[in-house]
Amino acid sequence: MGAAMIEVEAVTKRFGSTIALGGVDLVAEEGRVLALLGPNGAGKTTLVRILTTLLRPDSGRARVAGCDVVADAAALRHLIGLAGQYAAVDELLTGRENLELVGLWYHLEKREYRRRAQDVLERFGLLDAGDRLVKTYSGGMRRRLDIGASLIARPAVLFLDEPTTGLDPRTRNDVWSFIEELVSAGTTVLLTTQLMEEAERLAHQIVVIDTGSVIARGTAEQLKARLGGATLEARVSDPADLERAATLLAQVGDVRPRIDPDRQLISIPAAEGTALLVAAGRRFEEEHIALDDLGVRRPSLDDVFLALTGGGSGAPPEFPEGAE
Amino acid sequence: MTEAGVGGRPPRPPGRTTVRDAARDTAGVAKRNLLRIVRTPQLIVIGALQPAMLLVLFRYVLGGAIRVPGGSYVDYVVPAIFLEAVLIGGMTTSIGLAADLKSGIIDRFRSLPMARSAVLAGRTIADLSRSLLSLAIMVGLGLLVGFRFHAGVGSIIAGMALILVFGYAFSWLYAAIGLATKDPETAQIAGILPFFVLMFASNAIVPVATMPSWLQGFARNQPLSVTIAAVRALLEGGPAGHWVWQSLAWSAGILIVFFAISLRLYRNTAA
Repeated sequence: MGAAMIEVEAVTKRFGSTIALGGVDLVAEEGRVLALLGPNGAGKTTLVRILTTLLRPDSGRARVAGCDVVADAAALRHLIGLAGQYAAVDELLTGRENLELVGLWYHLEKREYRRRAQDVLERFGLLDAGDRLVKTYSGGMRRRLDIGASLIARPAVLFLDEPTTGLDPRTRNDVWSFIEELVSAGTTVLLTTQLMEEAERLAHQIVVIDTGSVIARGTAEQLKARLGGATLEARVSDPADLERAATLLAQVGDVRPRIDPDRQLISIPAAEGTALLVAAGRRFEEEHIALDDLGVRRPSLDDVFLALTGGGSGAPPEFPEGAE
Repeated sequence: MTEAGVGGRPPRPPGRTTVRDAARDTAGVAKRNLLRIVRTPQLIVIGALQPAMLLVLFRYVLGGAIRVPGGSYVDYVVPAIFLEAVLIGGMTTSIGLAADLKSGIIDRFRSLPMARSAVLAGRTIADLSRSLLSLAIMVGLGLLVGFRFHAGVGSIIAGMALILVFGYAFSWLYAAIGLATKDPETAQIAGILPFFVLMFASNAIVPVATMPSWLQGFARNQPLSVTIAAVRALLEGGPAGHWVWQSLAWSAGILIVFFAISLRLYRNTAA
């Protein structure tokens, strides 16, 4: 495993009487993507602002790329890139001017920042629009330019605060591809998101935070496994077959199935997943029970998120790693 | 384009920001703001409209009713309006900074290794060029409504320079207002207050001798009055030294105090 590029220890931050962060710990390894997942107001942006030297923590310690975010803030700023929630690019400048100025402010020499601005424009599909004012850009182009600007100095650690909020699915996909390329080239990325799909696609590690505390962490698979694992579901074509099908599944799985007559659905826990599915399929065929659907369903990260943050789903958060 | 970070160890933290870096950073910010000024010419036109209306108001509407000792009212009031034009233009510093805070651009700036003073210094320098432009427009309009220079070229240039020096110092007060209010609308309203007080409780429009005695002390010695007195003397060709030094001292004081306050606000800002 790579070296730790982001280390956060017991970081707290309060604004007035509001506790934005109540003692957060996390570690991100080099060349990996860590996703901070949480609802609005969970403290994601506050943590990003602390790690990018925009805010000082009230207590605790945080190091990024080997630099303390308070004591070594000036040195750290050379090593990080930040693309915030709003595309922080200048509307009255061209795309190229925006990139070149950010390069200058990273203290690159002129020849170097001009070359890198050109690289970014090419890479992000903005070459044709590069010499147009940003106010003529679409939302997706602005976001790409913003992320491109954060890459001008080739930072070791990149912070992306909700990088795809408000983008259409296609542009979102493009941004994800860019991030994947960066990571495969060795950049460490911390991204905040409310989108499970984004966390699932990009993140090696997911840290779920709510009201300023870490409430769960792990890979997407680990988080989903905690929600009770997979179930095998069979939907019969003819309601008259429901009883027979239930008996059959009871034999296959050696458990009592759950029956949902309205949806003509029978389900059993399916820890063994595929093996159970094959066995059940064979038996249904032998018994000539017609099915509309047969499959193993795993809980989505959405289910996990809703369960953890109490976001209206019935399932209570029942994970041992509670708020500390 | 992202070989950084490849291979075990994080890169070595680079050295401290040098004076050259700080100068380049500031020039970069000034360039950004100058490009913005050039690309919104409508702002320059509308910005010139306000002082132009003041000029017409005091020259033609109110001017006829105001008597000044030993000279024509147009020569009395127009130098004050030159200075007011520059101060009104300076309000764009506070509005622009507040807008940058709101848009998230300042967040990006603060996450970059650029010199801390560069964002503010670059902006005030760019706004100084805007002041120069609006001053030029006002001189043209002033001549059009009957204002005349009575001094030599050197003295006139010194007078204009004094206006710009005072305007530059004042832009740091506007910078502090922009950073403190963090909102363009609030910044605009807050920025009018010091301008309003200094302009009306001064020798800009009427001689201080016509005011109640409790007001005269303030009205005679406040920075705007002192600067207007110096500029009038320089453009008239009279003895100006006393006022010029007082004006420069005020400018230096305003600059130092509000530079320090603005930098502190910028460092601690959390928009």
